[in-house]
Amino acid sequence: MPAPLVQLAGVSKHYGDVRAVDSVTLELEPGEFFALLGPSGCGKTSLMRLVAGFETPDAGRILLDGQDMQGVPPYRRPVNMMFQSYALFPHMSVERNIAFGLAQQGMSKGDIATRVAEMLRLVKLEGYGARRPEQLSGGQKQRVALARALAPRPKLLLLDEPLAALDRKLREETQFELMQVQRDLGITFMLVTHDQDEAMGMAQRIALMRAGQIEQIGDARAIYERPRTLFAAEFIGEINLFEGEAVQIDGARFAIVQGGRRIALAEDDSPVTGSVLIAVRPERMVMSHLHAGSAAEFEGTITEMAWLGDLTIWRVRLDDGRLLRVSRSNADVANAVFTRGDRVFVGFDAHSVRVLPK
Amino acid sequence: MQNNAAAGAGLPARLGRRLVLIVPYVWLILFFALPFLIVVKISLSVQRDGRPPYEPVFELGDGLVALWGGLQKFSTESYAAIFADRIYADAYLSSLWIAALATLCTLAIGYPLALAIARAPRRWRPLLIVLAVAPFWTSFLIRIYAWIVILKDEGLLNHALISAGLIAEPLHIYATQWAVLIGIVYSYLPFMILPLYNALEKQDEALVEAALDLGATPFAAFRQITWPLSVRGVIAGCLLVFIPAVGEYVIPDLLGSSDVLMIGRTLWDEFSTARNWPGAAAVATVLLVVLLAPITAYQRSQLQRKGAGR
Amino acid sequence: MKPGLSAGMLAVLLAGFAFLYVPIGLLVLYSFNSSRLVTVWGGFSTRWYVELFGNEQLLISTLTSLEIALVSASLSVLLGTCAAYSLARTGAFAGRTVFSALVYAPLVMPEVITGLALLLLFVALGIERGFWTVVLAHSTVGMCFATVVIYARLAEFDVALEEAAMDLGATPAEAFRLVTLPICAPAIAAAFLLAFTLSLDDFVLASFTSGPGSTTLPMRIYSQVRLGVSPQINAISTLMISAVAMLLLAAHLLTGRSAQK
Repeated sequence: MPAPLVQLAGVSKHYGDVRAVDSVTLELEPGEFFALLGPSGCGKTSLMRLVAGFETPDAGRILLDGQDMQGVPPYRRPVNMMFQSYALFPHMSVERNIAFGLAQQGMSKGDIATRVAEMLRLVKLEGYGARRPEQLSGGQKQRVALARALAPRPKLLLLDEPLAALDRKLREETQFELMQVQRDLGITFMLVTHDQDEAMGMAQRIALMRAGQIEQIGDARAIYERPRTLFAAEFIGEINLFEGEAVQIDGARFAIVQGGRRIALAEDDSPVTGSVLIAVRPERMVMSHLHAGSAAEFEGTITEMAWLGDLTIWRVRLDDGRLLRVSRSNADVANAVFTRGDRVFVGFDAHSVRVLPK
Repeated sequence: MQNNAAAGAGLPARLGRRLVLIVPYVWLILFFALPFLIVVKISLSVQRDGRPPYEPVFELGDGLVALWGGLQKFSTESYAAIFADRIYADAYLSSLWIAALATLCTLAIGYPLALAIARAPRRWRPLLIVLAVAPFWTSFLIRIYAWIVILKDEGLLNHALISAGLIAEPLHIYATQWAVLIGIVYSYLPFMILPLYNALEKQDEALVEAALDLGATPFAAFRQITWPLSVRGVIAGCLLVFIPAVGEYVIPDLLGSSDVLMIGRTLWDEFSTARNWPGAAAVATVLLVVLLAPITAYQRSQLQRKGAGR
Repeated sequence: MKPGLSAGMLAVLLAGFAFLYVPIGLLVLYSFNSSRLVTVWGGFSTRWYVELFGNEQLLISTLTSLEIALVSASLSVLLGTCAAYSLARTGAFAGRTVFSALVYAPLVMPEVITGLALLLLFVALGIERGFWTVVLAHSTVGMCFATVVIYARLAEFDVALEEAAMDLGATPAEAFRLVTLPICAPAIAAAFLLAFTLSLDDFVLASFTSGPGSTTLPMRIYSQVRLGVSPQINAISTLMISAVAMLLLAAHLLTGRSAQK
């Protein structure tokens, strides 16, 4: 295991009474694509600015490649940032923008020209060097910002909502390009975003943040499939919730939900007991016109449906008033039989369930 | 979010940052705030013949005893004179009246013009606003002079009207308060147009269209949408015209006769003709007190705009 | 793009611009009048311009005014840039309200008050009035205008640009020099022009604060105007108006080029 590139130990930052970052401890491996994900105001931006050196922590230490960054100003840190607004210098050409950091390092003119050409090739903007930022499209600006931040070969690249300003189509394309660039250069990327798709699509590991603290760290699949808290479950993706009581009967675990039904729980579920929430993803729900006879089955009526091309979403109003969400891939031709007003039975099996503390 | 970039910077950078603030700050205190204290101080001293033409009340650095002695020598003579002689009160009131009237006229001319520029095709707007403000860049005196040439009894206006057969006798506008009014409106118009244009140009044109779409007449749309949204610009423009106009000296001196009383002129006469410096200082102090409310309002409106802009 | 102007708006524009420009146009026209009477057209002539250049006093005053304007505009921009930067970038500081009050008050303060106050200051401090006292007076008012102009630019300026520069290895001073300053250059140029024009144009402050030997052009013009209408003044006016027109045109072309899309 290589030594971590970035180490945050108990880092805190307050603004007045607000704890923007609350004793965060975190490690990033060299060459990793890492994402800080969270709603606005969760402290992810503050955390990133602490790493970049634009803010100083009130407590805790930030180590970069083993070196303590305490008192090191942003312009002496081997960290570069891709700004959300791109922050391209409007009075400089694309070339001069990319060359800016290199010139600051005191690189020779010839080397700068070589590196700039290399970066332009990397972001597929050959021939655009003489343009002004205002003559570029949004996607092109984004690439220049990336090239500029990468040109000085930082040890760590911070990306602040890098795709936020792009339209949907361009977003996916750029996402794959960013991943490729990251793999090719082997530079550690730290992505900051509020968009789950952005984080899940690109990052190898995601730190989900909430109120200045890290709620859960893991790869996208782990956070989606095995959220540890209600917040994590609800922030990423959609979720159906059932209130219940977790109990142990003859060595097997059950959840007793409304109406006294006993729902079997799989063994690998988190060992939460007492008052719990049973969480099931919409695509894990099973829907049928026929009663299958399982305990984890509820009867209701389809009130809405939305056909989205790749999948269809139904909203089912249960007879006890609760609203569930069911989704299925449209690869299944059987989807067509479920329409608004249908009486249906929706349920799930034990392996699809996640038990969360209430 | 606070900008803590300087936190990592060394001592020289922090010192530089400090100096960048302190130099202009001290400059303004020294050459703007301090002089007003001296004005107040001199308004409380007694006129005399000599250089300077006032009895020094106290000198800085004379020590506390002298200061106390000086305080006892304070004289309210100049203020008593201002309140005793009706001519001062008349001058203040007529200044306020003329300035208020001029402000209203400037608004009445400036608003439609600013609105027309703000609703012109987008590519014409920069040129039009430059043209509207350009006269401000030419000499103020020359613009006033132009109106002397036009308004004099034997001037261009009367000449034109008489040759056109519209009037038989020349109109007496020059050397009346109407000429002063025209002069103020003309020379301060750019100060009105600019904040109005800024307020109106920012407005989304779709707002008025939405109002019309919802059944408002053009006038109702103006009254309920355009006007309320531009009130801030109206206030800024009016204060920008009104405050300096109250203390205007050049315009009443060149376009008005001695009958047109304005306090700026009274101050000037006190100062240069009568060589009564304490008197002039007292006139200035009272004028400042009168204008304190509008000046504060202006500052507040500017600070608010700043707050909204961030 | 919306269709052109409505007829009403067009009429307003024409009337408004006529009001603004007819007086100036008449001045220019009659500067080429050979007749001494301002109201009677006596044929085209440039005699008043020739007379003007023989007026040595006037030329000396013009030079004085230009010198004062140059020095005070430079000072205004220097101080104004500092003040604007402090207001825009230094978060909260003690006396911020006082500071902004001090910046905004001179913009509207009647000149007779400011002039008298400065005069009394100079007298109290025993400073001989002359070239430099006028410069001081003009710089004080000019810096406030400069501050407002430059502040407007800094306020809409994306702080991320400075941060990006520092992130890429520029020290705060370098970031200011390489990024902030060039981007604010048009505003600084505009502030300089404004302060320069204000100084060149000022009569009231100069009359309070100037001494013998530092009579400015507006003071000269003023005393002539008080004596009565004279075609020579029309000629000076025309020269000044053309100078300003050319300056504005140059500024427009300069900023237009840099802002070209």
